[in-house]
Amino acid sequence: MGRCGERVADGSVDGVIEVNELTKRYGGTTAVNGLTFTVRSGRVTGFLGPNGAGKSTTLRLILGLNAPTSGTVTVHGRPFRDHRRGLRHVGALLDAGDVHGGRTARAHLTALAVANRIPRTRVAQVLAEVGLSGAAGRRIGGFSLGMRQRLGIAAALLGDPPVLLFDEPLNGLDPEGVQWVRGLFRGLAAEGRTVFVSSHLMSEMEHTADELVVVGRGELIAAESLPEFAARGGSHSVTVVTPEPAALAAALTAEGGTVREADGVLSVTGLKAAAIGELALRQGVPLHELTPRASLEEAFMELTADRVEYTAGGAR
Amino acid sequence: MTAATLPVAEPRARFVDLLAAEWLKFWSLRSTPWFLLLAGLAVVGFNVGSAYDHYRNWQYYDAESQANFVANGLPLVDAFTSNAELILLLATSALGALAVTGEYGSGSIRTTFAAVPARGSVMAAKACVVAVVLTAFGAVVAGVSFWLSQALLSARDAGVSIDHPGAWRVVVASALLAPVSGLVGAAIGAVVRHSATAVIGGVVVLPLLPTFFSEGRYWSATIRHALPERAWRELTRTVDWGGTPYPMTTGGAWTVYAVWAAVAFVLTVVAVRHRDQ
Repeated sequence: MGRCGERVADGSVDGVIEVNELTKRYGGTTAVNGLTFTVRSGRVTGFLGPNGAGKSTTLRLILGLNAPTSGTVTVHGRPFRDHRRGLRHVGALLDAGDVHGGRTARAHLTALAVANRIPRTRVAQVLAEVGLSGAAGRRIGGFSLGMRQRLGIAAALLGDPPVLLFDEPLNGLDPEGVQWVRGLFRGLAAEGRTVFVSSHLMSEMEHTADELVVVGRGELIAAESLPEFAARGGSHSVTVVTPEPAALAAALTAEGGTVREADGVLSVTGLKAAAIGELALRQGVPLHELTPRASLEEAFMELTADRVEYTAGGAR
Repeated sequence: MTAATLPVAEPRARFVDLLAAEWLKFWSLRSTPWFLLLAGLAVVGFNVGSAYDHYRNWQYYDAESQANFVANGLPLVDAFTSNAELILLLATSALGALAVTGEYGSGSIRTTFAAVPARGSVMAAKACVVAVVLTAFGAVVAGVSFWLSQALLSARDAGVSIDHPGAWRVVVASALLAPVSGLVGAAIGAVVRHSATAVIGGVVVLPLLPTFFSEGRYWSATIRHALPERAWRELTRTVDWGGTPYPMTTGGAWTVYAVWAAVAFVLTVVAVRHRDQ
């Protein structure tokens, strides 16, 4: 699809989206409060927070659709609104519903392409890439949410931009669609592009993002790599199923692990899955299941819960 | 050089691309051509209907009425009646309003402005498309109305040609009322950003507002004469019956058209500049 693969040439990780002390108030409501973070190129950055955390507002501020109450936000060092045309700089899917239902998918994309002096041939390309070629002549009003998400992704890809923003892109997609979107994001990042994806579900980001920006109540909770964030979730646990739980539990405890048993299923902390497997082999204990539990979800829940508690009880 | 500073190869931004995009968006809605067709039929229908009444009842008019039919300006009244004018105002202001508010109602305005951050240029292109389409629409309905109504009246030897004094003015003033009204609708749409409110706003400002002001007092007449609906009445009036204490001029009426169109255009462009979308 004619992307510029050379962007990745030096594996650059420079800050592309720079959010600095960004604050947005609507009347008496503070949607975003002193937010500062950087999104870098060549990786997928997840933008995570519970509903109402200010994610969509932040994305609108990045795109200049809304003006900040204070603070700045730049893309490649410039406020986005300084560009006369946007699609070659930033491709964005804010809300799959931000389309006129009376138009066909082709007409919608063609108007966007024409306004940005993008060749009309590109419309068929992006429609094919998102799997909507067969629906190009149909009116968007009859599209399912999943199809609208695909159309929004097609619009974001139109200008072959180095920066892509997606707000909750997985909503309404079927499992095949989710897999496809994850692969697409990873591919875009591998080409050196900056991919910034919001979600309110940690599980969606777990297999997609390299970096996380986590917000709650409009404030920054964390901006770090996925493993760093996972480490905040406290102890990792491993679920172990064995026909000889008592024997294995004793061996694990002797090895320094902490074991909790419920209905014959062991929940082990303090030992990695590999160590548990090797220990079981040495002890001759058969294992039916050995599953490391991701603590990302836990970390996310803990941190955002803290934030809600903190803001509700503290002085604002 | 790092990825962060890599320049994006981009052709120069041209206004003509925005015009092309807005033109495409305008016609890609299935309802647009139907709306124009039905509105056009209604406008022409009222005018032809009025001429047909004169044609059919001709035999019942006394000799004096028949003799003075042309001198009293009645052929040009049939060429574009005030009923047709009302339909034209309602239809064109609604079309102009919906061209703008349709984007807000659907949320597609965010997609539009994210793709083209030069918001004012987008709205200027939108207003141009509305003005061009409605000028053509006005020309067709005013031209067809004149031709059909005079053809009918000619069967009673009561029709006039386009060379008749004031005939061109009636046709042109009626035709241009369409883009003026459409631009006013677009401006109201850009300010209120809500379809139903904008359509009602068009009804209040265009046909309704003049009825609140009388000709009797100077200040009231001044406001009344500054409204496009009164300007159309002045421009389509071919006989001076006198009796108005503060008469309006033809030049003043054309100026009202121009000022309303220009102000509406600027308002449409400026309204989107600083507000959150």
